[in-house]
Amino acid sequence: MEIIVYGIINSITLSLISLGFTLVYSISRLPNFAHGALYITTGYIAWLFMNKFEGFPYPFAIFIAIAITCIIGALIYRFILIRIRGMEISEIIATYAIGLAILEGLRWGGLRGMTFTLPTFSAGSVNILGTNIDHQRLIVVGVGICTFILLYLFTHFNKIGLALRGIAQDERAAMMLGIDSDTTAIISLAIGSGLAGFAAVVLLPLGNIIVEAGYNVLIFAIAVCVIGGLGSWGGTILASFIIGFAQILTEAFLSSHYQMVVALLAIIITLLIKPSGIFGKQKELEERV
Amino acid sequence: MEMMRKERIDRGIKVRTEGIYAISSYREILYLMGPRLLLIVGVLVLPLFLELAPYWKRVVNIMFVYSLLALAFDFLANYVGLVCLGGAFFVGVGGYLSAIFNVYLHLPIYLSIPLATILGAFFCTLTVMPCLPLRGVYFAIVTLMYPLLATRVIEALNILGGTNGITGVDSFPHEYVEHYAIIVFMLLFLFGMRRFVNQDIGLVIRGVKDNDQAVRASGISVTYMKTLAVFIASFMCCFGGAYIAHLYMWAGLSLFALDFSIIPIASVVIGGGGTLVGAVIGSFILVPLSEFLRFFGTFRIVIYCAALTGFIVLKSEGLMVYLQRKYHQFERWVRV
Repeated sequence: MEIIVYGIINSITLSLISLGFTLVYSISRLPNFAHGALYITTGYIAWLFMNKFEGFPYPFAIFIAIAITCIIGALIYRFILIRIRGMEISEIIATYAIGLAILEGLRWGGLRGMTFTLPTFSAGSVNILGTNIDHQRLIVVGVGICTFILLYLFTHFNKIGLALRGIAQDERAAMMLGIDSDTTAIISLAIGSGLAGFAAVVLLPLGNIIVEAGYNVLIFAIAVCVIGGLGSWGGTILASFIIGFAQILTEAFLSSHYQMVVALLAIIITLLIKPSGIFGKQKELEERV
Repeated sequence: MEMMRKERIDRGIKVRTEGIYAISSYREILYLMGPRLLLIVGVLVLPLFLELAPYWKRVVNIMFVYSLLALAFDFLANYVGLVCLGGAFFVGVGGYLSAIFNVYLHLPIYLSIPLATILGAFFCTLTVMPCLPLRGVYFAIVTLMYPLLATRVIEALNILGGTNGITGVDSFPHEYVEHYAIIVFMLLFLFGMRRFVNQDIGLVIRGVKDNDQAVRASGISVTYMKTLAVFIASFMCCFGGAYIAHLYMWAGLSLFALDFSIIPIASVVIGGGGTLVGAVIGSFILVPLSEFLRFFGTFRIVIYCAALTGFIVLKSEGLMVYLQRKYHQFERWVRV
């Protein structure tokens, strides 16, 4: 029973951290390797507001942190990625470099040790099906599900969301209809970064804000997206359930050392069997020679 | 009145032919050989000057290792089209293998390094082979995972000395052996690769990058070509790794560290991708620079990344291509 409950929580956690990555890739075909860095940045900014200003309201700090991350994401596109769009190698190297710069810069700036924590939204725990779960984890599940629904509504019933989907499906046709490719890319990067930040403020209260978490988040986000098929949303959610349960099972029956190994092996196996992922239909021919 | 005009000094060479150097005077020979000789002689006499600054001996050795790694990355990325973000994996495999040969099997250093290089290259090629059908982002992502995976496996299984690594690896017999072992091989690999990419097989490998379907249509196996390329690249990296293991007399998890993946990439971008020499020049700039910046700790990586992003965005051709162009544009005054 414990395995099922924690499996679900873990899966939703994974899909929360990978939604931003998959959104950016599906809309503007940009692999945002700075995803993990943005995740940590949001947590750090929220922490700064909480601890440097006495009595700063928590929700407000969160809101500002996410807004700043959105702006950072938009700026990254506007000033750097816009110039190298379409050059795949440069895109990868540039985003990876930006991510590394942010993470190592934070580490240099003093983000070390275990002193950086965000308070949980609500302390205490409840008993579900014989397992004790603290409120924060329940909130994660609730928030995760709400995010999926909101994103679905946004991309299906909103003009901007529809424009994003249009660009994702056929860039040229969308541009002919007056949708600007660069503007949508800026919006997608802003939303993607915002989602990373959103995941951060929900998930970080469960642990410490440490730089290593940034790398782990990036790896898990990529793992989930690759297995689900880069750019496929349904695939992302399915894949996060696969990896989530696989991890909980390995933790229960082997040891927690193998968690990362499982994720990495899953990627390699998926790429070997079906390089475009479980649901990745598009570009299937391109990916494989 | 005497009339003067400007003339490019490579005019004679350019007019006759560009590919085959039809050389008519010692000046033109010097013009063509100059930069190459400068590099070769400069690198060869460098250890002699280091007697003045003993502290830099270690740094220079590491610098040459990085230039090998950068060479391998440049070859894979710009000639084969495989962006390998996990160069550290090759280094780690080379280092660990040579430590195993040296410490566990008691092989002498002149056997352990070559064996580790060759077997390591085979091992790396075998492990990377499943991912070779992938391209672009996918290949980059998977190779990024390899060093991490290797680290986790060694940690989890607690093999090969676990987190402590393998200690007690033999050092080089003499300081100058230490220097020239890496210098000579670096030069050999550099000029060897420059030859190789213009050979028939090198041209096919370059074809894989530009249009793999055309290569396939010509009845040549794309996967075989990629395998060969990965073998060559990992060969160089494994040599570097084995060398480092003997230099530090230790092989540990830090051989899989991020540095071995990111600094070569930065060197290639700064030096100029696709020139091979550029990769070497780039690491000659970056590694000593990072030594100067040691004071800043992890801030070094921030500086690298900023330089990397700056170069990609503003000067994507790289230093080497720029210098090459300027060199060919030298002018002199001639009488009309």
